[in-house]
Amino acid sequence: MSTAALHAEHEGHHHHKESFISKYVFSMDHKMISKQFLITGIIMGIIGMGMSLLFRLQLAWPDEQFGILEMLLGKWAVDGKLDPNFYMGLVTIHGTIMVFYVLTAGLSGTFSNLLIPLQVGARDMASPFLNMLSYWFFFLSSVVLLVSVGVETGPASAGWTVYPPLSALEKAMPGSGLGMTLWLVAIVLFIVSALLGGINYISTVLNMRTKGMSMNRMPLTIWAFFFTAVLGLLSFPVLLGAGLFLIFDRSFGTSFYLSDIYLEGVGALENIGGSPVLYQHLFWFLGHPEVYIILMPALGITSEVISTNARKPIFGYTAMVISLMGISFLSFIVWGHHMFITGMNPFLGSVFMILTLIIAVPSAVKVFNYLTTLWKGNLRFTPAMLFSIGLVSFFISGGVTGIWLGNAAIDIQLHDSYFVVAHFHLVMGSSAIFGMFAGIYHWFPRMYGRMLNNVLGYFHFWITFICAYLVFFPMHFMGLAGVPRRYYMFTLVKDFDVWMDVNKLITIAAIIGGAAQLLFLYNFFYSIFRGKKSEQNPWQSNSLEWSAPVKHIHGNWPGEIPTVYRGPYEYSRPDREEDFFPQYIPDEGQETGTGAPSKTPAPEHKEVAEENAGHSVFFAAIRRVFGLS
Amino acid sequence: MANHSEAAFEQQPMWAGGRSPFNVSYGKLMMWIFLLSDAFTFSSLLVQYGAQRFSNVVTPVTTKWPDPASIFNHFPGLHGIHLPLLFVSVMTFILILSSVTMVLAVEAGHRKAKKEVARYMIYTILGGIAFLSCQAWEWATFIHEGARLNHNFFGITEQGYKHLHSVKFGQHFEWAAGDRTFGPVPFAALFFIVTGFHGFHVFSGVVINVIVYIMTRRGVFERRGHYEMIEKAGLYWHFVDLVWVFVFTFFYLI
Repeated sequence: MSTAALHAEHEGHHHHKESFISKYVFSMDHKMISKQFLITGIIMGIIGMGMSLLFRLQLAWPDEQFGILEMLLGKWAVDGKLDPNFYMGLVTIHGTIMVFYVLTAGLSGTFSNLLIPLQVGARDMASPFLNMLSYWFFFLSSVVLLVSVGVETGPASAGWTVYPPLSALEKAMPGSGLGMTLWLVAIVLFIVSALLGGINYISTVLNMRTKGMSMNRMPLTIWAFFFTAVLGLLSFPVLLGAGLFLIFDRSFGTSFYLSDIYLEGVGALENIGGSPVLYQHLFWFLGHPEVYIILMPALGITSEVISTNARKPIFGYTAMVISLMGISFLSFIVWGHHMFITGMNPFLGSVFMILTLIIAVPSAVKVFNYLTTLWKGNLRFTPAMLFSIGLVSFFISGGVTGIWLGNAAIDIQLHDSYFVVAHFHLVMGSSAIFGMFAGIYHWFPRMYGRMLNNVLGYFHFWITFICAYLVFFPMHFMGLAGVPRRYYMFTLVKDFDVWMDVNKLITIAAIIGGAAQLLFLYNFFYSIFRGKKSEQNPWQSNSLEWSAPVKHIHGNWPGEIPTVYRGPYEYSRPDREEDFFPQYIPDEGQETGTGAPSKTPAPEHKEVAEENAGHSVFFAAIRRVFGLS
Repeated sequence: MANHSEAAFEQQPMWAGGRSPFNVSYGKLMMWIFLLSDAFTFSSLLVQYGAQRFSNVVTPVTTKWPDPASIFNHFPGLHGIHLPLLFVSVMTFILILSSVTMVLAVEAGHRKAKKEVARYMIYTILGGIAFLSCQAWEWATFIHEGARLNHNFFGITEQGYKHLHSVKFGQHFEWAAGDRTFGPVPFAALFFIVTGFHGFHVFSGVVINVIVYIMTRRGVFERRGHYEMIEKAGLYWHFVDLVWVFVFTFFYLI
């Protein structure tokens, strides 16, 4: 088809009258959809964090009676003591909400939607309609999941990984009943949402970049969202397949995941011949890429925020892209490290172990690049910058234990202990949520046209940062001592009883950290309406989204979309008076965007372009680091 | 951007932005990406099939995976005659023919020949419906023979093997008592889920094709100036066809 006609058609549907419903509810504007994702994600985050506080209370004071629990939970906390079944339910739903609803949809959904069209210079997503559907499937999925918490037999209680047989046998435990069915329904809806979103993100990045926005001029956020979408697109279908078979096992009498179970020599089930380990393989084929689906957007956001606020080009742009690519590829072939103790062939175990340890390489490249970007930078400690640096800190301290756990020999000892809980809460939980906060503080002006309060932001950061370490760091020691995760109470086991003081410390820190989020919520909702009005480009950033008018308009830019003349990280160029050089401002003497299509722009600045790409910048930076140049 | 002539537009470097690097519309690109994702869904199903099947490779003949040729040997109207895999070959042939007519519809679309597009779309839709009907008959026969989700009575004893191998193509054949026994449980369940999931895809394809056919007849594409929608529906249809080749191979041939 003629591309010109295509574009004419595309511009055509940006000028229609909007009612309240089409503007705020069934909106097809990517900026509104990103706000919808964010608000839903925040609400789910509050619920998920609230649940963690409930079971932390139980772990710290298992014998205490909390009247408030009975008030909140009714029959699940008779006399103010949490019911053991509901404890399992809380742990499961906390994990599900945090992994899928907050850190996948809330993080990637919000910022992919907001930034992809704005940063690549597109009027909207490739298909605004599918984008809208993506949100509404997510919304529906959230509703189903929340409803499942309220059913009579309680929510799904098999852990967020829902391993069979607990998930496949309806009578295995109370939560295996209707709650589990609703969990599966929610996840299927979620997968549909993720696929619709992912297809859109990828085709927008590939097809809709503005003139001059070649792939190697894209901000690292876009690269991160791009690879995240690819991961989601290829791994979620596998969970769909696993879920389909699980549903058949649950409801139609098949036994794909159910092997023969004997009680006192008598077959307890009619099911024979299946294998629960098969489910684990399929689940972790999603589950491991999922970890990077959560983490990579946060890493992308951090790249952008750190570079902008250090007023320096990001160190090793190409290395950053390649390491994202490497992480994405490797994440598909390491799922077995979640299954070292399932009786997997030890040879397979060592293959998975080696591949897992290789992931440390691209991850370390990213960390070193963040540190070297900060090195001798002109640092501006905005709250977003602090959260980004916090992410790097968590990524290091959580990532190092990843190397421990990737080792089959150590993992067999540490598996299912609090060491694992500490590891993943630091490296993907806290890291990703800090990336999300960084994104919110950085792009809040872009979303709402107003600024967040900085002072509240600083308090929010420091309290959250300290509390996160207080909560998760002691868990390493508990895990090394053998304290298992997912236990309802530890007072009955003498060896674990000695950790009660630590458990109390963790819970107190969790409560303080949770309370600190109220600062953020107040700041967020207050600033939407009363915050200081934002300037056009409050952070003096280079990327394209700050060239669009502060007030959101359909189609993002009035008139023509800006042309891009250079990469996004040209900060503090010696030949410029200002310390930034936006992508959309032409070099002197260069023809501006109107008229005939421009040639590939900016060949004049070859040396800068080269510095931004490939190994030359690497050596240049090493020279600079060691003071050789 | 709409002012630029197409020629000037396509002179731009491929990946430099301002144009599609693959010279396709976003819709076609999305269809390709969706198909990639869908391929992973089918792969996950087939991988589970492989895992279940290979975990059932043990020495006693009775627990061997049932031989598809001994089960899918029926043909409508020819009751009791041993015609292994004949019917499913006809099904496959129908589906592949419908892919051919789809190609012809796309080709006619390039020439903007509305009548021809409509004609070939009709053939494609008929092919799809014929395939689905065949599948319905195959399922019904299979269930009638005793296929269930939670057990499998298609295991063959030593005696059954001898009996089966003594029968030639086209001869009369019926199982004798003691020929068959219980086999690996997931056999029929896997068959139903995977061919069912594929059948669901064919059904969706037929619905899409019907919609596209109606749009063709009402001149929507004529007014739009291009028949790209036919191509997108065609991509999906060929994909469903390609998947069938794998399903057919795994469930009937090996």
